[in-house]
Amino acid sequence: MVKSEGALALSILSPVAALGRFMLGLLASLGRIALFAAEVVSHMLRPPFYPREFLHALMQIGWFSLPVVGMTALFTGGALALQIYAGGQRFSAEAVVPAIVAIGMARELGPVLGGLMVAARVASSIAAELGTMKVTEQIDALVTLSTNPLKYLAVPRVLAATLAVPVLVAVGDSIGIMGGWLVGVQRLDFNSAAYIKNTVDFLEMWDVTSGLLKGAAFGFLVALMGCYHGMNSGRGAQGVGKATKSAVVSASVLIFAANYLLTELFFS
Amino acid sequence: MIELSGVHKTFGANQVLCGVDLTIAKGTSMVIIGGSGTGKSVLLKCILGLVTPDQGRITLDGQDVTTGDRDAFLARFGMLFQGGALFDSLRIWENVAFRLMRGALKRPKAEARELAIEKLRRVGLGPHVADQFPAELSGGMQKRVSLARAIAAEPEIIFFDEPTTGLDPIMSGVINDLIREIVTEMGATAMTITHDMSSVRAIADNVAMLHGGKVRWTGPVTEMDATTDPYVQQFIHGRAEGPIESLR
Repeated sequence: MVKSEGALALSILSPVAALGRFMLGLLASLGRIALFAAEVVSHMLRPPFYPREFLHALMQIGWFSLPVVGMTALFTGGALALQIYAGGQRFSAEAVVPAIVAIGMARELGPVLGGLMVAARVASSIAAELGTMKVTEQIDALVTLSTNPLKYLAVPRVLAATLAVPVLVAVGDSIGIMGGWLVGVQRLDFNSAAYIKNTVDFLEMWDVTSGLLKGAAFGFLVALMGCYHGMNSGRGAQGVGKATKSAVVSASVLIFAANYLLTELFFS
Repeated sequence: MIELSGVHKTFGANQVLCGVDLTIAKGTSMVIIGGSGTGKSVLLKCILGLVTPDQGRITLDGQDVTTGDRDAFLARFGMLFQGGALFDSLRIWENVAFRLMRGALKRPKAEARELAIEKLRRVGLGPHVADQFPAELSGGMQKRVSLARAIAAEPEIIFFDEPTTGLDPIMSGVINDLIREIVTEMGATAMTITHDMSSVRAIADNVAMLHGGKVRWTGPVTEMDATTDPYVQQFIHGRAEGPIESLR
């Protein structure tokens, strides 16, 4: 009887125990990521520096992400113009299209979609590259060659992404606004000069700056997740695959979470 | 001299090293033999600090390897990894000259390149491979490049982790001869991990057999064949039957 009561209590408590284990695991992971981030930032400030690796990362993350960020922004700007026009028609506010496209792109869609595209492209590639380096003992080889892997591999990538993503966001904002202008002028019969004037009149410097600051934060998070999961990759192809998936998922979730927090901070 | 005393290492429930005691005299070539999964690579990584032992002490010339300047400690070592561990994104000469292009041993780029080409020549590779990438080379050539990288900064101690794994017998013989020649010519202390008996006979001054997480037998290579230890006998003759359990 006592035994069956014990078993019953255990079966009732098991979901709670599972939830507890999950929470403990989550907190432990967050702690490890925070320590990793702190170590990366501290290494950014101390020599030796690796300018060649930094420039290489800047090219890979910044320059080669331009097409994907540009295309995303172009189509998003166009679709946004159509949506705002359709919604605005309900209360005769079609004229707000240029202003809302510009503000929407600069404050939210430019940085968030740009960050997500970079997460998909860059976090996965960093995690796969560093994961493979770990599996093939290249990271151990770096240590034996008196080179700190965190400093040599993670710092240039994180720094490059933090600086490159705001530039990508700026380019994406411009292309997105241009996409809205194209649709506005070609499909919705807006006057070109009036559309541009409206955009310029309504867009404030802080709209753009806040988006660029978000971009810097998202770039930092994307590269950090790629490096963290890559350098802690499991063994074999499966380990590298899992690290790559975790890098993209965690970078994307962190972008959304950081976007909310930064929006609260900047605009509430 | 490298001394290990009572070194223990456990990964989860798997106790890999259970009190390893071993001495490698300066200027000698020690080869560690033993079956797969007996902790040979872990032992080597413990010495380099890539893996932290749970218990025990490892000293280099009397100084604990966990104390002192880590960069200065690592600068005394060269290592050839099992899979080569060449950096995919760097050219061959940049791989070889990696240590010579940064840190305390930094040289001008042109000088580092010249030294790399000289080391490549020493391991039997022509200057034409210098500007290639690792993926463009065969497995044997990658091992030679890795050997060139290990000796590029003329270290006092060189570690070789399974130097002939995955190579054909002729290429294995070439690598074994190169290792022996280079170690003798540099007067370096060498530690090699292998289960290839032809490597043992070509490279070793002394042999230690690791089994069950401990050094089962150690002695000069000339005495290895004559030992009556049944574990060593089974291993060096590759017998399926004996005290070492094998999975079928």
